[in-house]
Amino acid sequence: MSLPIHPDAQEGRPSHSKADFISGQDVRWCPGCGDYSILGAMQQTLAKFDLPTEKYVFISGIGCSSRFPYYMKTYGMHSIHGRAPAIASGLRTVRDDLSIWVITGDGDGLSIGGNHILHVLRRNLDVNIVLVNNQIYGLTKGQYSPTSPVGQMTRSSPAGSIDYPVNPLCVAIASEATFIARTFDQDPRHMGEIFARAMKHKGTSFIEVLQNCIVFNDKAHQSVVGRENRDERMIYLKHGQPLLWGKEGKKKAVRLKGLHPEAVDYDPAREKEYLVHDETDPLPHTAYFLTQLLPPEFPVPFGVFRCIERPTYDELLNRQIDEAKNKEGEGNLKDLIYGNDTWTVK
Amino acid sequence: MTPPSGAKTVVPSITVRFAGDSGDGMQLAGDQLTDTAAVMGNDFATLPEYPAEIRAPAGTLPGVSSFQVQFSENIIFTPGDSADVLVAMNPAALKVTLKRLRKGGLIILNEDAFTAQDLARAAWTSNPLLDGTLKDWQLLKVPLTTLTRNALKDSPLTSSEKDRCKNFFALGMTFWLYDRTPDHTIEWIREKFGPKPEIARANVEALKAGYNYADVAESLPSPVAVRPAKLPPGPYRKITGNDALAIGLVTAAQLAKKTLFYGSYPITPASTILEFLSRQKHFGVKTFQAEDEIAAVGSAIGASFGGALAATGTSGPGLCLKSEGLNLAVMTELPLVVVDVQRAGPSTGMPTKTEQTDLLQALFGRNGESPVVVIAPKTPSDCFDAAVEACRIAVEHMTPVLLLSDAYLASSHEPWRLPDIEKLRPIQAQHPSGQPGKQFFPYARDPQTLVRPWALPGTLGLEHRIGGLSKTESGGVSYDPDNHEKMIRLRAEKVARVADRIPLMEVRGPTSGKLLVLGWGSSYGATYQAVTELTEAGKKVSQAHLTYLNPFPKNLEDVLKSFNIILVPEMNSGHLLMLLRNRFPGKNFVGYNRVRGIPIFVAEMKEEILRYL
Repeated sequence: MSLPIHPDAQEGRPSHSKADFISGQDVRWCPGCGDYSILGAMQQTLAKFDLPTEKYVFISGIGCSSRFPYYMKTYGMHSIHGRAPAIASGLRTVRDDLSIWVITGDGDGLSIGGNHILHVLRRNLDVNIVLVNNQIYGLTKGQYSPTSPVGQMTRSSPAGSIDYPVNPLCVAIASEATFIARTFDQDPRHMGEIFARAMKHKGTSFIEVLQNCIVFNDKAHQSVVGRENRDERMIYLKHGQPLLWGKEGKKKAVRLKGLHPEAVDYDPAREKEYLVHDETDPLPHTAYFLTQLLPPEFPVPFGVFRCIERPTYDELLNRQIDEAKNKEGEGNLKDLIYGNDTWTVK
Repeated sequence: MTPPSGAKTVVPSITVRFAGDSGDGMQLAGDQLTDTAAVMGNDFATLPEYPAEIRAPAGTLPGVSSFQVQFSENIIFTPGDSADVLVAMNPAALKVTLKRLRKGGLIILNEDAFTAQDLARAAWTSNPLLDGTLKDWQLLKVPLTTLTRNALKDSPLTSSEKDRCKNFFALGMTFWLYDRTPDHTIEWIREKFGPKPEIARANVEALKAGYNYADVAESLPSPVAVRPAKLPPGPYRKITGNDALAIGLVTAAQLAKKTLFYGSYPITPASTILEFLSRQKHFGVKTFQAEDEIAAVGSAIGASFGGALAATGTSGPGLCLKSEGLNLAVMTELPLVVVDVQRAGPSTGMPTKTEQTDLLQALFGRNGESPVVVIAPKTPSDCFDAAVEACRIAVEHMTPVLLLSDAYLASSHEPWRLPDIEKLRPIQAQHPSGQPGKQFFPYARDPQTLVRPWALPGTLGLEHRIGGLSKTESGGVSYDPDNHEKMIRLRAEKVARVADRIPLMEVRGPTSGKLLVLGWGSSYGATYQAVTELTEAGKKVSQAHLTYLNPFPKNLEDVLKSFNIILVPEMNSGHLLMLLRNRFPGKNFVGYNRVRGIPIFVAEMKEEILRYL
């Protein structure tokens, strides 16, 4: 019996160490690149599960973050630009015994590969997607990406980008993804928690990791994730808990006024009025609503936005195959070749 | 029912074309005439022609659907250059297909459908029945609608339901004219419409009424018979190229003891392969209708990495989109079968029409040095063998294989002599297992074949990363110039060595002489027939045919050496011709190139051959 690829919990003594997941190939990201901590958090997290290294496959597209598979001592494919979800889909369809991870970026996953992201999510194919978002094309040396803010001056937008950016989590919600989360490169502990949650989730897990490109877009996320800003600009979502942020004694909460959120000073007596996070809500409205919370009035939410259960594509396909075999019997080649209408020439 | 009695004229072969609105049941009538030809022991070939529009307005030119079938006492591979008889259900059908009827042939037309309004809808400016347009043909005007209604006057069906039976009336007439028994079709109708006995009864009545009408109507020519063909003995079924190809893929998966994965995006004329395979779930076949052509090839690469027998199918425009994915399979050296059912291009071209214009794209349409194996079936049933062979080469040589079928092969029917399943050779997939403490080299090669190991994810100790970047033997990324060039040469040599295992090319007719006709793909049929007829007429001409376009069979040069002129017929502007001239400079190659969206005719092929004799 093979080990479950969606272990419920990390029980007892882990049978692996982080080193077991290090391929030994020289890591060639720029010094100070946020990808180092993402890689480390991944290796650290997977080591906590019993699943052995040969049961993991990392598939990436093209871009800085897409070098990721080379550094994991697992199976991997560094494929072509934007297509990792398609390759992962084929692999998952024929192999239900592997833990499959897609590593992509804002350009790879939302620009050239945008179509595949939409479809892998709507099919609820059982793979984990890590989208590393640094709001810039790094590998091609600094052009604006589909997540770059309007006005950003880059090598290909010297007068400022006039593209309205896309919010990766909105794409995921519109595609009815069953697991949606956001984390960031400077919090390895939180990244680890989110990766472990994705591992546990059956269906497509979509994780946006805000990452810092130190060379071409340094401090792009600083106004949110900088240590000095975190209290006011970040909120860690907790299932079943009200959305609270701010310094102790000066906490704030979200209250809904019709369809509009308002930030109010926290008052324990009025707790019932506050928005409580429910990641299991089968409707996508609340998750979408959370993606629209933006500074300066609101903090940016981090954590699990949505986690619901729905049969996966691979599960449904295997079920149809079992049903066909039960109904028609195991395929017989002679029956197929001969068909219903043969004749004999003597 | 008994066939017409009395002395009959016997002819070697007959070509019939049914033409009508897409709702008139012309494909069905053609199918039934074909099935009956099969039962009566003839060889046959068909050419179904559908409009690209789903349901164009009734009675208009774009809505014409037709079906041509040739049945013969000889071995044939073409549906006939032109029809001996045309059954035209309306003025539009007559207008669109008249040029496909030989001069002096018979037109049976539905007189009831030639009102002024019908003529206007089909853009006839004057009535062709009266203005002499049809003077070169025998004309048989039959009030098909009226006669069918009369025959069914006691049926409880509505009048529009009754009118839909007129294809069977026309079919019944055809059966009488060509000395066919309607019994097979009667049986088929009863089975097909079993749950609707009134419809079944009406169709049988219409069929019989048409047959009897032909028997008593004095205006009809006397019946003509075609004797059974001397086909090699064995079990047969009727098959189209796409069905044969799909069955071939399933068969190959069984021979390789693997799951068949087929990732595809709907595209004419390849979609029926996806549809066929989606019904083979009891074989464990996994079809994946991808979001686009790129995802289709990507998913197949992923499935191949996972150890499945992976294929993707498309037509020319889709192959353009798959070229990047195909290159990833070249670089990662994974087994992959890419089916291209060629259609008339460029761009959208004529999606339902046939061409052989993707050969150079298949060979060279990618960035970088990107050799792949290319093979092409020559007849509909040969698509089975080509599919099995494509899978065998892909798996045993760890390479993408491009299979070039075409729109004509895809939907055309022929008798398929069924293979002896026991005699099909297993396909050998080699999956290494890990050895403790030993480093794994994903690009270490078999010294004979240069094939790399197909190590599957999940195998203990063989964790490795592959991808599009240049790699060393150990799988490490490398920008070393010498390594890059070495790997390019190794991949090319690996594909070239496939020639060590493919069969030598055979020559039909004399093995040396003045003229060899050398084709590939579906031009086989017209060449076969032309060469056969000219040989019977005492001419000296030989035929050879390339199933393997890359690599070429090893004896190709030897074969070519023995002929003065090599005529290369293609439904393109000279793709194979260009390859041959480049490969064998100094040889006298001449092309016969037609790019009309229809198969090459036998008559023009004969004429072309005679020019060089």
